[in-house]
Parts: sequence; C-alpha cells; structure tokens
Amino acid sequence: MRGLQIEAGGAAILHRLDLTLARGEILGLIGESGAGKSTAGLAALGYARPGTRIAAGRVELDGEDILALPEAARRRLRGARLAYVAQSAAAAFNPAHRLIDQHAELAVIHGRDPQSARQDAVALYARLGLPDPGRFGERSPHQVSGGQLQRAMLAMAMACRPDVVVFDEPTTALDVTTQLEVLIAIRDVVKAAGNAAIYISHDLAVVAQLADRIMVLRHGRLVEEGPTAALLSRPREDYTRQLIAPRRLQKPAAAGGGAVLAVSGVSVSYGTTRALDNVSLSLPRGTTLAVVGESGSGKSTLARVVTGLRAPDAGTVEFDGRALPPTLRRRSVDTLRRLQMIYQSPDSALNPHQTVAEAIGRPLQVYVGLKGKAQRARAVELMRRIELDEGLLDRLPGQLSGGQKQRVCIARALAAEPDFLVCDEITSALDPLVAGSVLELLLRLQRELGLSLLFITHDIATVGAIADAVVVMHRGRIVERGTRDDVLSRPQEAYTKALLAAVPQMAPTWLDSVLAGRNGGPAPPV
Amino acid sequence: MSPGADTRTEKLVAAPRDGAAAGDALRGRGLALVREAPLSAKAGLAFIVLYGLVALTAPLIAPFGESQIVAAQFEPWGYPYLLGTDNLGRDMLTRLIYGARNTIGIAAATTAIAFLVGGTAGLLAAAVGGFLDQAMSRVVDVLMAIPQLVFALLLLAIFGTSIPVLIAVIALLDCTRVFRIARSVAMNVAAMDFVEVARLRGEGLLWILRREILPAVAPTLLAEFGLRFCFVFLFISSLSFLGLGLQPPTADWGSMVRDNATLITYGDLTPLLPAAAIAILTVAINFVVDHILHVAGSRHAR
Repeated sequence: MRGLQIEAGGAAILHRLDLTLARGEILGLIGESGAGKSTAGLAALGYARPGTRIAAGRVELDGEDILALPEAARRRLRGARLAYVAQSAAAAFNPAHRLIDQHAELAVIHGRDPQSARQDAVALYARLGLPDPGRFGERSPHQVSGGQLQRAMLAMAMACRPDVVVFDEPTTALDVTTQLEVLIAIRDVVKAAGNAAIYISHDLAVVAQLADRIMVLRHGRLVEEGPTAALLSRPREDYTRQLIAPRRLQKPAAAGGGAVLAVSGVSVSYGTTRALDNVSLSLPRGTTLAVVGESGSGKSTLARVVTGLRAPDAGTVEFDGRALPPTLRRRSVDTLRRLQMIYQSPDSALNPHQTVAEAIGRPLQVYVGLKGKAQRARAVELMRRIELDEGLLDRLPGQLSGGQKQRVCIARALAAEPDFLVCDEITSALDPLVAGSVLELLLRLQRELGLSLLFITHDIATVGAIADAVVVMHRGRIVERGTRDDVLSRPQEAYTKALLAAVPQMAPTWLDSVLAGRNGGPAPPV
Repeated sequence: MSPGADTRTEKLVAAPRDGAAAGDALRGRGLALVREAPLSAKAGLAFIVLYGLVALTAPLIAPFGESQIVAAQFEPWGYPYLLGTDNLGRDMLTRLIYGARNTIGIAAATTAIAFLVGGTAGLLAAAVGGFLDQAMSRVVDVLMAIPQLVFALLLLAIFGTSIPVLIAVIALLDCTRVFRIARSVAMNVAAMDFVEVARLRGEGLLWILRREILPAVAPTLLAEFGLRFCFVFLFISSLSFLGLGLQPPTADWGSMVRDNATLITYGDLTPLLPAAAIAILTVAINFVVDHILHVAGSRHAR
C-alpha cells in the first residue's frame, strides 16, 4: 500500500485530495458532516455512492490503479484486501441470518473453505472480547447488543485479513461506555494484524486514540494534515484549533427560585420492562437540570411523562406548585403553552411541507392569537432572537442546514412564550461546532427570558456547559444527583465514575491510561 | 382530490407579494408541473383532456343518438357511419363517444368515493390508533378476504344493476384497498416528531390529519388514484362483459367489446376500438401520475 491519491468531483464533494497510507499505519479523517470524509473513505475502496462519481484521480493499491480495473476485479478486492466498517452495524447485517454464517459467507466467496473460516471467526470473536466466543456466532443480529454487533462487524471486516480497513464512524451511534470497548477492540485487532486503516470520525478525541496521523477535512478540502501528537499540540489552522478546543462554555451558577417542576415517585413500565422506577426530582425556577444516562436509561421516558405524552403508572408531576394532569388531553391550553419541548432530530420535528413561517406562526396563532401581519412581525422578531436571517422564513425545512433547523425548533418553542423547556438530546444530531453555538443560544435565551430547562443528554461535555444541577440515570433509576461541579468532579457512585471515565479525552495517551488503570481487567489477550 | 393541497394553492395565489421566496418555492405548482413535464406526461395530459371534452360534449359531437338504430347490422367503415355499425345497427362512433361519457363518469365517481371514504378512514386509523384502528382494519380484512369479482356479482345480484348501485358496490370494494395504503403510509408519518409536536400544542384531530399528515401522504394516494381509476375502469368493463355492468341500451366500452366480438372472426378490427379507448386512457393517466410522483419525489430527496 504505497500511494493512494483520490480526486473526486462532479459537484465537487472532494477537491483534489491526496492521501497516502503506509502499511500498518492508521490514518484519522476528521471533519463535520458534509466535509467529504465518508466519500473519501469509500473512494479508497474504489466505490462512489450512487449519484456521485469519481471524476478524476487514481486510487492505487500497491502501485496498481484499482479504478482502472474492471468492476468485477474491484469487487474481488473489496472484502478481501479492502474492507469497510460502517457506522450502523444493525443496518449492515442481514437480520435473518446468524452472525457466523454471514461472517463465513464473505470468506468463502473469497475462496476460503467454510470450516477454517468458521474457526477463524471464533478466534476473532475471542480476541475482540465477545462473550462465549465459541457460540457467539450462533446468534442472530437482534440477539446481541449494539456494541457486540459493532465488534462482530469488525470481525467480519478482518475475516480475509485485508490490507486496508476503512472505519466510517464505527462508534458514533454507541454509548460512551460501549464506545470505549469497541475502541479498545479496534485498536487491538488492527495493531495485531498490522494492516493499514482509515478511521473516519467527527470526534477528534476518538481519532486521537487510534490514529498515527490525522487529516482534517472541511467542505471537501484538506485543511491540515500531520502526525497525531504534533497536530494536537501545534495546530496550524484556525479551524483545527476550534476542533481541538471548542469554545469552553461554562454556565455561571444560577441561584434559582422555588421549584417550578417537581416529579415525585414516578414509575412507568412498557410491558414488563420498567422504564422509570420511582423517580423523583425537582427543578428550581430559572435553572437547568441535566438528566444524563445511556440509551435505555429512561431519560426520554421521563421527558414524555413531564410533557404528558405518557401517563405515569404511579407518581405525580407538579408544575408551578400545582399537580399536572397525567395526560395531554386533560391539560389546559395555557399549561401546554408554558411547557414546551425541543426534540433531538430537527428533521423529524419539523413538517417538511411547512415553511419556517408556518411552523413558527402556528403556535403564535394558537397560543397568542396573532394573525396575518402581526404574526409575521412576531416571527421576524423571533428569527432575530435565534440569530437567523428573516429571509429564511419562507424556506422549507429541506432548504436549511441542521443547525438552522434546530434553531427554528427553538424559535417555535419560544413562540409559545414558555416558562419551561424540555430539551431531549437537542445537540446530539449536530456537528460539534454547530452544537456549541446552539447551546450558547440556549444559555443566552435562558438568561434573557428566565427559562427553566430540563436538559436530557448523554454527552458529558454538554452537561458541563449548560447545567446547574445533574441527575444521573441508569436503568430507570436515579443513581446520583447533585450540583454540576459535585457530580462531574467528585462523583460518588461507581456507575457515574465509569460513565465519566469513558468520555474520550483529547490526549492521545488517554486510551492507554484507561487500559493501564484496569490493570489485568478484561483486556483481550494479544 | 386533496383538500389540503387545494386550499394551499388558493392561499398562495391570494398571498401578497411580500412572501416572494415562498412563492418561488411553492407558487403555481400546477403550472410548473405541466411546463417541466416530459413528452410522455404532456401527451398523457392531452389525451385525458381530449377524453374529458368528448365525455362532456357527447350529445353535441355525436353524429347520431346514443341508442338510435340507424342502419343494418355490422355495416363496414364508410360514410355516414365512419366506424360502421354494431350488432343492432347503431352507429359505432356515436356509441364510442357516449361510452366515454358513461364509462369515465362512473369510474371517476367510483374512484372519488372510494378515496374519500377509504382515505379518510385510513388516515383516521393511523392518527388515532388503538381500538378504532383495530376495528376498522379487521372489517377491511373481512371485506378483502372475499374475492372481488364474486363479491361484486353477489351484491349486484342482490341490489340490482342500476348505476348508483354499481358505483356504490365498486366504491365499497375499492375503498378497502385505499384504506390499507392510506393507513400504512400515514402510520409512518404519524410516528414523526412533528405530529407529536402538534399534539403537544393541543391541535385537534382534523388539523393533524389535514395539515400534518395529509401533505406527506398525498403523493402516494395520488399515484394510487391513477392506478385505481384504471382498475375501476377495467372492472366495470369486465362486469359489463359479464352482463352485470351498465345495462343496455346505455353505451359503455366494456359491453361494446362483448357485443361486437363476433366481428373479430371476420378479420374486422372494430371491436378493438373500445378496447383501445380503454387502453389509451389507462396509459395516459399513468404517464401523468408517474410525472407527478417524480416531481413530488425529487422535492423530498433534498
């Protein structure tokens, strides 16, 4: 693997990108969504997504231009010498077949006999620290957890001992503690096999743990390239600097008045699963309470109970000193107005058929009774408030960027003139820089309007930026609560400590120190 | 056919100039649809308009009366019977023109009713869910379990074969299919956060159906409308062919094929004319619907 040079074009997603990968080297590709990372990664396999094409350039594998090869030959290379690990393992596996069959199938296609392919798979499962490696492969994809499935896909990519593996955000969809395990597995396997890898991510801290060298991409162009340690300690470009040290937001402590929201003894079950188990919390007026936990911890269910979308099986929710009716239908319009919710995915939360003006205008009409010119004027005012150009009012959501859409969602909530906002993972679908600016906006709005926020997130950095108090949830229970500084700097419970320790740090030695800290823990044998 | 889309167009036309960008995005949807259409869609539209005109002006342009016997049986093509005469000596061209009016009119009425009933029920089932959804879905299952043609023959045998009964029976059978499709598409939309947002805002069911769900479902329903319309057409024709459709002396294309079928054995193509009339309209409608779907699809691909 000597020279790999890619130029892809068409509508120019990638502008004359040069990329060289030495044998045994891990290259990190970093950038926001739309930067061309995935396009570059796929181009390394000689593949262009439908609708894109490789307009110019060469992709050389050991000096041979694979783009010049016939498609059939390229297909033989993929899987055998070039492998790809996608972001969503669940989407990459066929749910109807057992894992080991899918694993062996690939090896057999590339000319291995089934028996040895299976033995290989079991050995790989063992190395990746999967439970019960001998029988793990007998399960179907839905019978294993997300982290295990991601590792099974990693095993599949390694099945034919490829020369180059392309990892496309393999840990982005995972919880932090799971991400940690997968990162350890990736590094272990790649180092042991000695193959070259391209690791694509938007999370610089993750890439820093694995990559020998990092390339920063933006708008399809190379911003900066360098060895990991040098790039992190001496970035040359402003953009890289921003990625390394995102503007550190730190919310000044707010005093807060009496409790605006009090949840006491709330339990919710879905079938036999307990989503919330006797949860109580209270939120002083004008402050932010962050609810932290991994997926499945019940934090979103909590939001649904507070907003009235799900009636609790037991317990009560008090808002402003008065008990809230458990279901939406029995709540007054004024209660609905005062308690607004912002969603994780602005794509889904905005009706694609309604313009921004219609989306913001409807709550103005329903709650405030504004129509026609007055409504328009208020909408323009709200657009200024969320720092968007008023010209965007007549756009459809499909014509806006992710950050703009989330701002529109915030404006729609503000149009109701609420006292209380429930924010459900509102920044997790956004790029880090965009997410930072949305959080900044939210902090400013809280200061100006005296809003109280229930902020649900799995991202510890976000908690540090905006929370006054923190509640940590695990399997439907609150395991720890306290002020932001207490929980983040002096965690008491083992689970909180594990959660905090799993958050990747920027220093490239972080993963080593985590592993060292485990001294003799479940580190897989090398 | 979709009230939401209609009111929107009206509103945009009436909107003051200050919403210029909105206009760029949405104004004159219909007009742009025609202008950017490929040749196939334009031709399809032209044929549909032609059929429509013929159906509306039938008494004016037809050379003779609908059931008037003008000459001997099975006259060949020539003047004054341009396409000859049928098995009873009625003018073929006249019958074709009146057939357009009867067949298309009934098919349009039937499809419209089927979509109004089935579509509304489907959206309602998806948006409300729970018991209502279960009840409606099971009733539809039962109706769909009976073979369509047999069921139609049964109902027509019970209620007689007047035009209103014909329309009601076929609409009933068709609305089950429309219900299924409307429900399954609307289910996906109803699960979106923006529908939840509308619920949290305290919006009524009607608003949620019309403003939040219908716009997303409309393209699929429209495509289905085009297909269903053609099926209804063929269904009426086959019922007529079996003698349970439109009753003589009303002209319709299905029974015209049956009545004149013997001519085929003499190498005369006349009985294929009503069949061709059905085929051309079917193809034309599908060209237009394809284009509309294509446009709707590309608008969302962004």
